[in-house]
Amino acid sequence: MSKYECPCDYVYDPAEGDYENGIEAGTAFEDLPDSWVCPLCGAEKEFFEKLD
Amino acid sequence: MFKPVEIAPGIYSVGCRDWDIRDFHGYSTYEGTSYNAFLILDEKNVLIDTVKKEFAQELLDNISKIIDPSDIDVVISNHTEMDHSGALTAVMERIGKEKTVLCSKMGLKNLNSHFPGKLNLRAVDNGEELNLGKRTLAFMETKMLHWPDSMFTYVKEDKILFSSDAFGQHYAGDCAFDDEIGDKVMDHAAKYYANILLNYSSRVQTLLKSVQESGLEIGMICPDHGVIWRDNPGAIIARYDEWSKQDGVKKAVIIFDTMWKSTATMAREVAKGIESRDVHVRLMNTRKCHRSDIMTEVLDAKALVVGSPTLNNGIFPVVADVLTYIKGLKPQNRMAAAFGSYGWSGESVKILNREFEAMKMDVIHEGLKIQYVPDEADLEKCFVMGQAIADKILDAC
Ligand SMILES: [Fe+2]
Ligand SMILES: [Fe+2]
Ligand SMILES: [Zn+2]
Repeated sequence: MSKYECPCDYVYDPAEGDYENGIEAGTAFEDLPDSWVCPLCGAEKEFFEKLD
Repeated sequence: MFKPVEIAPGIYSVGCRDWDIRDFHGYSTYEGTSYNAFLILDEKNVLIDTVKKEFAQELLDNISKIIDPSDIDVVISNHTEMDHSGALTAVMERIGKEKTVLCSKMGLKNLNSHFPGKLNLRAVDNGEELNLGKRTLAFMETKMLHWPDSMFTYVKEDKILFSSDAFGQHYAGDCAFDDEIGDKVMDHAAKYYANILLNYSSRVQTLLKSVQESGLEIGMICPDHGVIWRDNPGAIIARYDEWSKQDGVKKAVIIFDTMWKSTATMAREVAKGIESRDVHVRLMNTRKCHRSDIMTEVLDAKALVVGSPTLNNGIFPVVADVLTYIKGLKPQNRMAAAFGSYGWSGESVKILNREFEAMKMDVIHEGLKIQYVPDEADLEKCFVMGQAIADKILDAC
């Protein structure tokens, strides 16, 4: 599973998830609900870029 | 200011006052603002932040009253936004283009997009220190307070925090310090928090906790706008804690617009109902109050009540303007309710309720719509609605 980076520098790491916003560890970026936004700046998923 | 102010031995405030700005990207600045910059004299001389582009010469003149600008060794950019970086390239021409500009990792990216290839930038790490001779600077990454590039610079020996936009106020009077300006500083600081930082409240909480845990001693806070907190920096830290928690006080803000005074009449009755329960209420006409002043009132209000007539099957444009603005600043833990008059179709209440849900507000009343002109019975309904809103507020606070 890949990490994804927000333009604000936040990195979504599927190994960690986003606990504070109800996203369990092990959740792939692709499986995040469309309502999920960057916990740091509020940007929607479409603005994230895949890291390799 | 037109002359530097020594804020601690060898440390000067050298920025500029924008006396007559009244609209700061849509934020009403009735007392102007200032773009603060700071000069530290040591074995290495340092300039922290610059000013808006058109004030470059004034900044250089201020610095020249203390040292020759070319004697500055290092420049620090705590924040990329143009009110603090606009003068950077012009100032570097005078200081020396080859000299280092220190910034955060995101600052490097963002300054490069603003001034491609023009600056000798170096990114510092969170917690990195820089020895100036007698003093040591420490850099703290403060991402999204309020831009990705934002950082603070701390002088360890003097216990001074250079906090970029955080703890700032848009104020350009002749006071330089909190103890000179007096109580009104908190009104300016509240407006600043509500309009610039509210949406990053969880970051503020994280910051305050990490400051507390690290035991960082703060003797003075120097923001990039307004006065310096030298007398009581603890006071603004306590207020930031309060504002960022967003528990809310016993207060409702009613914002409304009106076509033929029906919705205005309803607003008054709703306000009377709220007031009858000894809950504070602010009545704000969206075409008479500036959106940034409305936001300041929303800051600590437990409930947002919105009144809009139905116009062309929608809500009033200025109400939509203010709601868009409020929505972006993401107030948390709020209650909401809607009302409005209508002629033949009455969509406004339904639309407002949808907006509240999108803002994750707790809709505490189904809403009240009244055709054309409210009669006695309708006014009673408005009053009762106000009482119901107040009761919910009292239950929650
Ligand atoms: Fe800023
Ligand atoms: Fe600023
Ligand atoms: Zn982000």
